[in-house]
Amino acid sequence: MDDLESRATQALAEIDKSDTLESLDALRVSLLGKSGIVTAALKALGALAPDARKARGAEVNTVKDRLAEALAARKQALEQAELDRRLASEKLDISLPGRDGERGGIHPITRALERIASIFSRLGYQRADGPEIEDDWHNFEALNFPPHHPARAMHDTFYFGDGRLLRTHTSPVQIRSMKDKQPPIRIIAPGKVYRSDSDQTHSPMFHQIEGLLIDETSSFADLKGTLAEFIRAFFERDFEMRFRPSYFPFTEPSAEVDIRWDAQDGSTRWLEVLGCGMVHPNVLKNCGIDPERYTGFAFGLGVERFAMLRYGVSDLRAFFENDLRFLKQFA
Amino acid sequence: MKFSENWLRELVEIKADRAELAHALTMAGLEVEELTTLGEHLDGVVVAEIISAEKHPEADRLQVCKVDAGLAEPLQIVCGAPNARVGIKVPLAKVGANLPNGIAIKAAKLRGVESFGMLCSAKELAIDTDASGLLELPLDAPVGQPLAAYLGLPDASFELKLTPNRPDCLGLVGLAHDVAALFGSRVKVAEQVPAAVTTDTHRGIRLDAGKDAPRYLGRIVEGIDPTARSPLWLAERLRRSGLRSISAVVDITAYVMLELGQPMHAFDNDKLHGDIVVRHAHAGETLKLLDGSEAKLDDTFVLIADEKNALAVAGVMGGFDSRVTDATHNVFLESAHFVPAAIMGRARKLGLHTDASHRFERGVDPELPRRALERATELLLSIAGGKAGPVLVAENLADLPAPVPVTLRRARLQRVLGVEVADAEVARIFTALGMQVESSGEGWRITAPSSRFDIEREEDLIEEVARIFGYDNIPTHTPAGALVLAIEPEARINELALREQLAARGYYEAVNLSFVAADLLTRWGFTERLVPLANPLSADLAIMRPSLLPGLIEALRHNRARQQDRVRLFEVASVFAAGNPPVETPSVAIVACGSAREEQWGEPSRMLDFHDIKGDLDALIAWGGEPSRWSVHADSLPPWLHPGRAARVARDGQTVGYLGALHPQLAKVLDLGADVHVLELALEPVLARRLPSAQPVSRFPTVRRDIAMDLPEEISWSQIEQTVRATLVTRLKQLLLFDRYSGKGVEAGRKSLAMGLILQDASRTLTDDDADRCVREAIAALEQTCKAKLRG
Repeated sequence: MDDLESRATQALAEIDKSDTLESLDALRVSLLGKSGIVTAALKALGALAPDARKARGAEVNTVKDRLAEALAARKQALEQAELDRRLASEKLDISLPGRDGERGGIHPITRALERIASIFSRLGYQRADGPEIEDDWHNFEALNFPPHHPARAMHDTFYFGDGRLLRTHTSPVQIRSMKDKQPPIRIIAPGKVYRSDSDQTHSPMFHQIEGLLIDETSSFADLKGTLAEFIRAFFERDFEMRFRPSYFPFTEPSAEVDIRWDAQDGSTRWLEVLGCGMVHPNVLKNCGIDPERYTGFAFGLGVERFAMLRYGVSDLRAFFENDLRFLKQFA
Repeated sequence: MKFSENWLRELVEIKADRAELAHALTMAGLEVEELTTLGEHLDGVVVAEIISAEKHPEADRLQVCKVDAGLAEPLQIVCGAPNARVGIKVPLAKVGANLPNGIAIKAAKLRGVESFGMLCSAKELAIDTDASGLLELPLDAPVGQPLAAYLGLPDASFELKLTPNRPDCLGLVGLAHDVAALFGSRVKVAEQVPAAVTTDTHRGIRLDAGKDAPRYLGRIVEGIDPTARSPLWLAERLRRSGLRSISAVVDITAYVMLELGQPMHAFDNDKLHGDIVVRHAHAGETLKLLDGSEAKLDDTFVLIADEKNALAVAGVMGGFDSRVTDATHNVFLESAHFVPAAIMGRARKLGLHTDASHRFERGVDPELPRRALERATELLLSIAGGKAGPVLVAENLADLPAPVPVTLRRARLQRVLGVEVADAEVARIFTALGMQVESSGEGWRITAPSSRFDIEREEDLIEEVARIFGYDNIPTHTPAGALVLAIEPEARINELALREQLAARGYYEAVNLSFVAADLLTRWGFTERLVPLANPLSADLAIMRPSLLPGLIEALRHNRARQQDRVRLFEVASVFAAGNPPVETPSVAIVACGSAREEQWGEPSRMLDFHDIKGDLDALIAWGGEPSRWSVHADSLPPWLHPGRAARVARDGQTVGYLGALHPQLAKVLDLGADVHVLELALEPVLARRLPSAQPVSRFPTVRRDIAMDLPEEISWSQIEQTVRATLVTRLKQLLLFDRYSGKGVEAGRKSLAMGLILQDASRTLTDDDADRCVREAIAALEQTCKAKLRG
């Protein structure tokens, strides 16, 4: 065994012992570098006879390959150890909150209102709106409320000095829509309405949604079916429902709709949720629609009532206090 | 409309129990709003007479009574009621009775004295709310009789929430007809027998109010007993119908109104002068009413007068001076018909709502007055005695409504209801409701009784069929009619999406009332084009809001006062300005205060400033896709904004809103700090969106060059941006501001801005020379127009 071989054996032990990338690289230079022992051994080949050169060359190359292999293996091991060390030191507390802390939310009334409107839009009802400051004709007269009629007294109305008023229901949008376009009509009109009444269960401003369908075939049976589907879609469950005869000047026959509601104490009670009816022929005539050719139905509901039932809100006034501790529950 | 169940059952056979009756009424459109059971659990309660009463030896407030309850021996009862005294008849709960309030009566010692039962108040027996003392029964009450039998108990009070189209049910006989139709039974009301006329005392009646008062009947009853009291059965029926017994005469008129639905009035005949005149009031005429108030009238009111004085406001309330008192011996009874249009709104105008006006403005059967008058006479003679004069009649038959038949077409009925109702059932329903039915080829001709003011057209008949047939029996379909799909314009942002965008930016949606206080608006400086309500609920809710901000800031203050330091709210709603018609502008507004970010660990905390809100504005603008149409301006700011930290926002040069910090003076008045910032914009410009129109993407790379310029403070970023854009035109793809610095190293009154120029050419790759030339041009332009210096 010559000197190269013994140096190589020694070098392999040194490579194994080398514990930094820097010392390993210094070793690589001293072994395989320009003035390294392997290079020197290769240079020395020229002085040998051709036969001996070939045999010796093969030996030197074997040593070179072994050393290169050991260096590479050691380098990879050191690098892996280095990476492991770094990764161990780079551990984050992933439970810390994320940087974009912004949270907001839409109001429960909007939430309920949009849910209702979207159910009807899937049934082909188009959104419509009208002014909140109305005139007597649109709010009452065109809807078949004669002047001084007791039915008007049930609408505690806010007036302005010029005889205009704050709409007491979204029904005037019916009139505006029917005057605007010819049947078939399917509209849904959400909006703010006003009554001069304020206590625990009444707000002087609240939200209604009015629905109207006019075509050549609709009947009271269609009205029943439409509202039953709506209630099921809104609450995502079936309810026992009843249509109870009632009176609105602008519909006939008219009905109030009750659902059988489960109270928290386990009891059930009938709860009024909607008013509706077949559009009165006088209303159609007032809007230039032939009541012999067309029939239709209208319905109106209080958005606050639906929001209260859906989200378990027990105090109407909470909707208008804008207390963040309340609003954040709907985000 | 409140009534006694027992009374109704006396008028019509009802083959149903109480709960079934209530359900049937509700489902026929006569909604039972409240049902109170009366006089249950009265076993062991009897009529008793107090025969002696002595002070309790140990207690000042108690008495020891001996009571005759029809037993062999009197019972000893200890009693604390203030009205317990010898000779009165009262209810006695004997030992073993279980009262409605849960008290079980046992023999007991009260302060050492034995007591064998309890004398009761009306409240303890759950037959009334009076708990002030013992329930005093009439002196002729039979001792020992069970109280329930004596009072006609148990019973129930039904309270109906009647709709305005059903005045016929404001009398029990009318209601009985509906009930008969519902249950297929008959009304059991006997024909009214006219009273024997035993005196010819009379008085003339003149009708001078034209169509408003077409019928007026009167009658004098002489020599009644002024001290007569209503019998127990009558007083009880009134009580269970929600009325108090006042005097025999007044009670009788009230009773007839409850029974038949005809409001009546009784005058003291001795206070009348000459003929009764039914006429319109003169403008400015006044009358002192029964309730003591002074009615100021005008010529829209119908008045009952005599030849000297006004006596009563027709259909509303009688006058004070001609009222019946406990000294009245001779009575003039009035039973008249006034048309609804003559009474509607009149009571309201006087601030009143009476049983009479409630009925007349909805419509009372014009054929009722005579029957009611005879019924009242019959009751009066039997209760208070006296002699009846002749029925005095004044009427204009031509002005009374004549029955008009209405046609109901079979095909229409089916079309509107969506169900076929058998002919026989239709005929049965109308007949049961007291209507005359005549078959015709295409359906029926129906004549309604005079009590049914609501039957005028075919739809009214369809409703009657539906109501009695039962809404529950109408099937359920879904509409099969033509459907025209609604078009949603893509060039308009959906309002819900806008709200969700604001929520995602950290804002909570608020909903404020649309009216605000005048003094709040004054504080803000909103003084012009206000829209005040004529009849506000209170001064705090008096003016339609001209801006969403005052209300939102109040909501912010509400939250600040509740430990919420960082508040971010938005609202979408209309604001109002005077005009003809008034102008309603849907708007969106945000308010914010506190730290710029939620309190967190990762970044240094700082307070919110103008540019945070400006960032919200930029986001809203960017969403519409046309930022070049928007601009902000430092001029023409409203008084509620900080003059240096606020801006006016314009779209296409038109002002559409404002943003910035509140004016320090306003903030101080509202007890707020400098961190409160607001933004309000008209909604429509925000919702306008560009429909995308795609352009080819450039194939050539962009080049970036950064420069730092030293500029005077007063040069605005938008001036700089405009200058650079105008110089480089299409080659400038984007101008970025990435640093702003003033302080050490920069002269006072100047600032350093570091900006990145992103350059690109549409037709070729820009060389370094091209880019350098662009930068030089930009610097030169800035130096020339913005007093800029390039920083080294």
